[in-house]
Amino acid sequence: MKSLDSIISECRANAYDLNFSRAREWKEEEEGRVLVGYMPIYFPREIIHAAGAMPVGIFGGGDDKQIIKGDAYYQSYICHIPRSIIEIALDKHLDHVDGFIFPSICDVIRNLSGIFKQQKIGKFVKYMDFPQNFLPEIGGVFYQQEMSHVLKYIKEINGKDVTTEALNHSIELYNRNRQLIETIYNVRQDFPWRLTIDEVYCIVRAGTVIPVEEHNELLEQVCTHISEDIGDPQDKIKVVVSGAFCEQPASGLIKAIEEAGCYVVDDDYMLGSRMILGDIDASTSHPLQAISTAYIKQSQYSSSIYDVHDPKENRLAKIVKDRGADGVIFAAASFCDPSLLDAPIFQNAFDKMGIRYIAFQYSENINQYKVIKEQVGAFSDSIKLWEDEPAIPAIEDKIK
Amino acid sequence: MAEEAQKEKSMILQKEMISSLFSDLSRAKELGKKVCYTFIPGNLSELIRTFDMLPVYPEINALQSAMRKKSAAYIKEAERNAHSEDVCTYVKCDVGMLMKGNLGPTGEKIPDPDVLLLSYTGCFTFLKWFETLKREYPDAKVIMVHTPYQENGEMTPEMTEYMVKQFKEEVIPQMEEVTGIKYDEAKLQRHLVLSAEAEDLINKIFQTTKHKPSPIDAYFAGVYYIGPINIGFRGTQQAVDYYKELYSEIQERIRLGLGPITPEGEMKEEKYRLVVEGPPNWTSFREFWKIFYDIGAVIVASSYTKVGGVYDLGWRHDPERPLEALAEYCMNCYTNMNLPQRIDLLKKCIVDYEADGYVTNSIKSCNSFSAGQLGMMREIEDSLEVPVGFIESDLVDPRYFSYSNIKNRLESYFQMLDQRKKMELEEV
Ligand code: SF4
Ligand code: SF4
Repeated sequence: MKSLDSIISECRANAYDLNFSRAREWKEEEEGRVLVGYMPIYFPREIIHAAGAMPVGIFGGGDDKQIIKGDAYYQSYICHIPRSIIEIALDKHLDHVDGFIFPSICDVIRNLSGIFKQQKIGKFVKYMDFPQNFLPEIGGVFYQQEMSHVLKYIKEINGKDVTTEALNHSIELYNRNRQLIETIYNVRQDFPWRLTIDEVYCIVRAGTVIPVEEHNELLEQVCTHISEDIGDPQDKIKVVVSGAFCEQPASGLIKAIEEAGCYVVDDDYMLGSRMILGDIDASTSHPLQAISTAYIKQSQYSSSIYDVHDPKENRLAKIVKDRGADGVIFAAASFCDPSLLDAPIFQNAFDKMGIRYIAFQYSENINQYKVIKEQVGAFSDSIKLWEDEPAIPAIEDKIK
Repeated sequence: MAEEAQKEKSMILQKEMISSLFSDLSRAKELGKKVCYTFIPGNLSELIRTFDMLPVYPEINALQSAMRKKSAAYIKEAERNAHSEDVCTYVKCDVGMLMKGNLGPTGEKIPDPDVLLLSYTGCFTFLKWFETLKREYPDAKVIMVHTPYQENGEMTPEMTEYMVKQFKEEVIPQMEEVTGIKYDEAKLQRHLVLSAEAEDLINKIFQTTKHKPSPIDAYFAGVYYIGPINIGFRGTQQAVDYYKELYSEIQERIRLGLGPITPEGEMKEEKYRLVVEGPPNWTSFREFWKIFYDIGAVIVASSYTKVGGVYDLGWRHDPERPLEALAEYCMNCYTNMNLPQRIDLLKKCIVDYEADGYVTNSIKSCNSFSAGQLGMMREIEDSLEVPVGFIESDLVDPRYFSYSNIKNRLESYFQMLDQRKKMELEEV
């Protein structure tokens, strides 16, 4: 078994590797292998895996990549991630990636798919229209058709037909992947000092750019390590971070929140890897249907899914309660419509429920966090001062 | 004189239609009509009429508030209530208006919705907007129609079928439930016949800009022309009559060799013919327009007039396939087209209408339009070698309309067009 430190540094290297080297190696190991890039938030990676290809999460350029060409594509009042994705594509970091998937999360990602098409980047560009109709026989069928299109594109490259067995096997692998990630979060809920949130982040994000089999192995080892009583508890409050599901905060910011006095016991940084709650049925003769039903019935709330049947404020409140958190940090990428448009919905509801929160905006390329750190520190101090008050008086009723 | 009188007739017709709608809205309860809030792109006017509901368009409320100089206060109100500075200002203007009592342009309260019909087409903000409204109107029924995006530049049978299933199994039964009215397909078809007629006419109207001088401005005046077809009158005889009248007025202008009418009278000399991409600014609409007409720039085509439906390429509502027609209509709105399609459409406009230039008005808070506009502009510039101009403003937030910046930029752009024209003349 590898040491925890070495796993973390391996994951960190992969998570932030803008050359996607492990994916490249994997592709070169065997003739005919295919890499499929996907943008945030979520894509059912199972189907790519089952088609003999490897999914590669493309989550922007972070604070490493200097933007030169990307700014010529996007006005200053558009979030940062599309310009960094264009930059890494035009700088040929993605040349080994065969096709690209743009999930339907917002107008920016949607229109970015058009730029990729126009620039003829990759062998295929697929805007993946996730259903906003939540009846399995309507939205579910449409979703299965969308998945079939992706499989058709991959088949045009590698000639492989996808079998039910292969799909079920892939579903099992990703079920295991999510179970292990949840185990980490569950352990951290009670013992957040055993791994920092920045370490968790690297471990989870690495899974988007390395083969799932390897990731599962690393996760198993991480779970073993953190089942031991390691690390020292510190006097910090517990928070949930919400709203950072697409453009990723720089590593320094993820660290800064904990350093400023908040254990992050849940977050939506890598929401896509945790989107489906629980397992997808891996034993059916219609695996695409199983994936689609799971999406419709078992998805985490998201700013990109119409929530009228299950209001997101109640779902986040439930996470806060279940994790025993003291409050919420709303972190939105600057100019991120879905996140910012959700903010008043959450905040108005939380004011009524008595859930404490703060909100700030970030940009993936900004690595100055002094102000945010002060804000988070003040938040943590204020909660500690009120320690004797019931933290969340009105949640109980709301989330029943 | 004769021409002035004719001009007024279409305007009077339009005014009458709009005020009758708002008057009906203020008496909705009395009239026993249900109220349906919905959006312009992908608006299902004919279906709403089939169920005798009255439509309310939050975007129209927002833009009218801006033209009445009320949007700044509404936006501030929303921002005080946790709405970010950086999101769609239509949403904030609407939310602020609601918080201030929801008074419409006539000064009367706009009734609360019975239905929030979200046939969301081409813009994710619509979804967030109605999530917000749902919290304000918990008793309203939300009816969601997911319009698939034309990601491959086509409407496939699968996409149409997906929408038709939603109409049949979700939208229509819920509308029946709210209104107590049974779905009457023959009635819908009758509306669709009239829709196609109005669409033919509006298409002909926008084609008249091929004439030189162009008899109309397809952007600044175009936004008025699209009013009836977009705000609930598509599918009515009133809309057909309005467009017939307008068309005959324009024919008369062509016969007389007249240019477009501006707020300061007729434009005397057509110096530049432009295609504009992006919505206009509403808070300083007149000043914005004036920069163009003062210099003799006429807009011969604009993408904004296609947000409520693209009729240039031959598509029409087909009464023989009523639900399929509604589905295709939603999918075929401008912002639901992928970027290569949008580029092709704009290029076609530039070529067909013999435009001298292409201008992008990039709206700060509208990603649906703005994200990707720079790439589109570059592609158009490269492939057609047409001079391109770029300005930035906002829809309804006056803080983001800088008159001097925009004027300076446009003046430099017009100088560039001048030089280009001179060079072309020299070459000849
Ligand atoms: S950061 Fe927000 S607005 Fe930008 S691409 Fe992601 S979801 Fe869309
Ligand atoms: S973002 Fe643009 S298209 Fe969407 S609602 Fe706002 S103004 Fe309309």
